[in-house]
Amino acid sequence: MGVARSYCVALLGLNGYIVEAEADIGQTLPNFLILGLPDAALNEARERIRSAAQNSGIPLSRRKITANLIPASLPKRGSGFDLAICMAVLGAAGDIRSTEGTVFIAELGLDGRLRPVRGILPAVMAAVRAGHPDVVVARANAAEAMLVPGARVRGYKTLARLAFDFGADPQDLALDYDPAEEEDPDDAGTLPVAVPDLCDVSGQGDARRALEVAAAGAHHVLLSGPPGAGKTMLAERLPGLLPDLGDRESMEVTAIHSLSAVHIEKISLLRRPPFENPHHSATAAAIIGGGSGLPRPGAASRAHRGVLFLDEAPEYERRVLDALRQPLESGELVIHRSAGTAAYPARFQLVLAANPCPCGKASGKGVDCTCTALMRRRYFGRMSGPLLDRVDIQLQVERVSLADFGQAGGEEDSATVARRVAAARSRQRERLGGFGLETNSQVPGRLLRGVLKLPPATTRILDSSLERGVLTARGYDRVLRLAWTLADLGHREQPGLDDIGQALSLRQAVAAA
Amino acid sequence: MKEKDILGRQGETLAAGYLETLGMRIIDRNWRCSSGEIDIVALDGDTLVIAEVKTRRSLDYGHPFEAVGAVKLARLHRLASSWCHAHELRTSSRRVDVVAVIDDGIGTPSLEHLKGVG
Repeated sequence: MGVARSYCVALLGLNGYIVEAEADIGQTLPNFLILGLPDAALNEARERIRSAAQNSGIPLSRRKITANLIPASLPKRGSGFDLAICMAVLGAAGDIRSTEGTVFIAELGLDGRLRPVRGILPAVMAAVRAGHPDVVVARANAAEAMLVPGARVRGYKTLARLAFDFGADPQDLALDYDPAEEEDPDDAGTLPVAVPDLCDVSGQGDARRALEVAAAGAHHVLLSGPPGAGKTMLAERLPGLLPDLGDRESMEVTAIHSLSAVHIEKISLLRRPPFENPHHSATAAAIIGGGSGLPRPGAASRAHRGVLFLDEAPEYERRVLDALRQPLESGELVIHRSAGTAAYPARFQLVLAANPCPCGKASGKGVDCTCTALMRRRYFGRMSGPLLDRVDIQLQVERVSLADFGQAGGEEDSATVARRVAAARSRQRERLGGFGLETNSQVPGRLLRGVLKLPPATTRILDSSLERGVLTARGYDRVLRLAWTLADLGHREQPGLDDIGQALSLRQAVAAA
Repeated sequence: MKEKDILGRQGETLAAGYLETLGMRIIDRNWRCSSGEIDIVALDGDTLVIAEVKTRRSLDYGHPFEAVGAVKLARLHRLASSWCHAHELRTSSRRVDVVAVIDDGIGTPSLEHLKGVG
């Protein structure tokens, strides 16, 4: 009898902190206290732990049990601390031997089974980083925990088995209890989702080309055009052109997914860039993350290292669109709420789609359009300014012509384009790796006009446009970035006149913008 | 007398005997007043001990200690004051003890003793 301790992890956003659970058994009337800023779910741990231990055959001590979670100032939420507290209490009672530095992350069922919890991946990553590689989780979480390099993961189904391995007296233990794995009725979540292929798009040569350039240089895109032109279809095909995620990136993406997943138990390493397609009625909290208490990741973070597609972008609240400026700049979202501050990564590729005007008919000659000039300006004005400033490619998508539409088939498929994109990406990494950059879209202006400066003969059109005031200084840099991507796609050492010309046409864009 | 009361009496006698083996002097038993009953009053040196005895046949309905909650503890402390008042006794210190007796009627009853609770 006395004091014992074990370890678990508290998650604040994606950042995990090691929490020490110490338990003391005092010689006074029975009671069970949990100290250290527990929330409601964590306070209910007392009843879960008591029942689980009883039903596993190692009843808790009938004295005053005090469990303390250290550091006390860190808010702790949820049910993932159940097991760590339980092990500390059993240790204090002398029922099991010391757990040393082992980290326990699982919820306890009343029958003594270990239940999986959300956010195992970031939690185990934090444990390993903090020097606690031995981790015990619920069996259903084990596969996910094992994704973390360097972690020594043990998955258990029941508390009785776990206690046995830590030296509990096997005589009373319910070792035969073997709860059935909960079958997920909706197993579709594990099947690879079919990514739509670029060969489904008929015609639209310019738009296809623009999409390829966007994929190659990770440029943000605005597609503008009348309803039915295929903006949404094009945008949905962008993730299929992107290269697979690297090891570090896929860990980041999987960690966010682990926090926000609906099916806790079905998490495997995500190798493909995610695609998020929120509805335009979404609130700022839904896009950038939020919620009561500790903020949860929003669509922008779930699109990390992938594509965030905002269809009908002018229909979004202006506040929501402007909230995206911070992650576009820093690749990170910092959200403050009462229970703490969470930072989620949000380095996504933004794809905006918009009708040219509220009625959607103001393209081409625009004869059918019933909107006034002011309405058209206002409509686009909702997403103008600093947001559009960061969108390198601004493209007009026209309705497909009958000639193109009739000739279905024979279009390039995503795999072919993806190969060119991958080649262009590796050229960028070679050139930009030394500056700590990966893609052309990240290159700052001073680099473009400094080390990567092009000969004046090549940039003559741009220089004169700048002089005449047709092009802004920021626009000048964007054309250069695109030109570099075009050169990478064409296996040229550096952009030539043609590339500059094409780059100019890719952002010639949108009348009112 | 009902069976449960007989069991309680047996437990109290057992507990009193146990406290005596610890060197305490039993000075009163089953003292009643309007607000309740004290099972055992004893002197441990010059400390006045108010002892509550809980007796159970088995652990099926929880440990006897679990039956002593915050309300019951508060009442025991109030009763202690009443007892002192009634006996015009002033002690420098007093405490409340709880004794749990588990007597299944077959083997030797087991006894647990918590000193100075609440």
